[in-house]
Amino acid sequence: MSPTSGKLEGRRFRSRNATQTAAFIFLSACVLLILVPVLYIIIYIIVNGAGAISWDFLTQLPKQRGLQGGIFSAIVGSFYLMVGVVVFALPVGIMAAIYLHEYARQGPLVRLINLSIVNLAGVPSIIYGLFGLSFFVLMLKMGSSLLAASLTLSCMALPVVVTASREALATVPNSYREGSLALGASRWQTIVRVVLPQAWPGILTGLVLAVSRAAGETAPILITGTAFTAILPTSLFDQFNALPYHLYVVATQIPNMPKSTQWGITLVLLVMVLLFNLTAIILRIRLRAQRKKWGL
Amino acid sequence: MHSQAIELTSMRESKPLRSRPKRDRERLVRIVLAIAGWMTVVILALIMIMLFVEGLPIFAVTNPFSFLFTSQWFPVSDPPVFGILSLIIGSLMITATALVIAIPLGIGAAAFLAEIAPPPLREAIKPVIELLSGIPSIVLGFVGFLLLAPAIQRIFNLDSGLNGLTAGILLAFMCLPTIVSISEDALSAVPREYKEASLALGATRWQTIYRVLIPAARPGIVASVMLGMGRAIGETMTVLMVSGGRLAIPSFITDPMSAMTARIAIEINNAVFGGLQYQALFAIGIVLFLITFSINLVADLVLEKQRRRYA
Repeated sequence: MSPTSGKLEGRRFRSRNATQTAAFIFLSACVLLILVPVLYIIIYIIVNGAGAISWDFLTQLPKQRGLQGGIFSAIVGSFYLMVGVVVFALPVGIMAAIYLHEYARQGPLVRLINLSIVNLAGVPSIIYGLFGLSFFVLMLKMGSSLLAASLTLSCMALPVVVTASREALATVPNSYREGSLALGASRWQTIVRVVLPQAWPGILTGLVLAVSRAAGETAPILITGTAFTAILPTSLFDQFNALPYHLYVVATQIPNMPKSTQWGITLVLLVMVLLFNLTAIILRIRLRAQRKKWGL
Repeated sequence: MHSQAIELTSMRESKPLRSRPKRDRERLVRIVLAIAGWMTVVILALIMIMLFVEGLPIFAVTNPFSFLFTSQWFPVSDPPVFGILSLIIGSLMITATALVIAIPLGIGAAAFLAEIAPPPLREAIKPVIELLSGIPSIVLGFVGFLLLAPAIQRIFNLDSGLNGLTAGILLAFMCLPTIVSISEDALSAVPREYKEASLALGATRWQTIYRVLIPAARPGIVASVMLGMGRAIGETMTVLMVSGGRLAIPSFITDPMSAMTARIAIEINNAVFGGLQYQALFAIGIVLFLITFSINLVADLVLEKQRRRYA
């Protein structure tokens, strides 16, 4: 090797390293360009919304089209919606996951169910709204109501609950099942008393995520049951107010709405949804640590 | 673990195994579970049926071709005119803008997380990106309406900041979590031997990422982009609040424009149930559904391919 070629090699190595440094700076910049706006938005909402938050704001009914009073009816409506999703989507979702993971034989039929789960998760929320309107509100004659909106949101949440529950079931070691079956327990007893208790934290994680997503949705409930109202729903067939819908109306349709009130509503909605998300994240981290401890 | 074992023994029953009532109960359980298992298929089928039943009758009044490829939308005039071309173009322009921003950012961030970031940093960043996916679309729309739109108006010296660009930027953030998390999974799933072989041959870490890992993870990355695109096309509230809502074919991305999703949300509550406008809005729903359905189907096939490749 002549001395000149060695020099050339050296230069190539240096430029390779320079390229790598430039590339790594670009990749870090990508992460920062995502993180900084997200954190900025969250902090901005907290700073601008905190001033509006008071006990009265949270517990008073809105007066004068939301210009005065609080947002109690919106909070209550959102709470009912979340309860609705838990009541409708959780049992069906868990049972579907049990069927798919513990009972069904792999084959074209299960493939069809999997495909429908994936596709349901990708259906736009406004389409769920149209479906809820035509099916629950009009065809089943529920009217524009809490019931119709809850069922619509539950349909949206179902694929999330099924997927999470199924993954949770898959993490329970087969030796648990075999042990239980060997002791003479039936399949169902094994699932209820041995498998489900182990899978429960994972299922809960998925449920929390599904509920928080449902609580933040606007488009489907806008079509199937909300009203800009200060009246609390007294039955499943009443219209209701909800936080995202309240924010939408207040931000776009009420003139002279004080900005601080708008940011206040945004903050309440954000805190509610992010608390759920945070719970799910913490649950998952603890689960992972636990599993590591078991050597799974 | 000990308590588990004790519980197991207590489950033994004195009655003979597989007694009749027990067998009957098992059969009943199986049927109930199967019904729940098929629920997702039933719901998907019902969505399709309802969309078609409510939407197809509009094509007795207007032919599908002029519905899709003309841009006059006067749903309540007499006679009404239904052409959704401007909505389709609006949806596509906003989605394209979102992807132009989200693809490099998303894949770059995924590569950073999968290959460069030390584990503690990765564990700190991933929850923040997950939090982003938790921010409701109405909140993002509201922030865009009050913060981003005025900024865009100033920077580009426009009449209004409510336009396709503002909507596209916000939608980029809506589809970023999908792109980052699925791409990162795909990159992490590439067998370690690939990376080690490349490094052993003298390639730098960046060359390994760029020439070996990203090509090897391509199906997963492509699928992540498609799923992100599906999210962007279907997004409603953000677009409704910041895209300007003008019903004409936009000529540039900084024009105010409308999208299919936003149009449905604006008009459906004022439409007479079963009337022509109602049918036309469901027909927009059919178009939207077919687009997102095919995107998801293809993305799923691509992901399946990726999974089989490294199984």
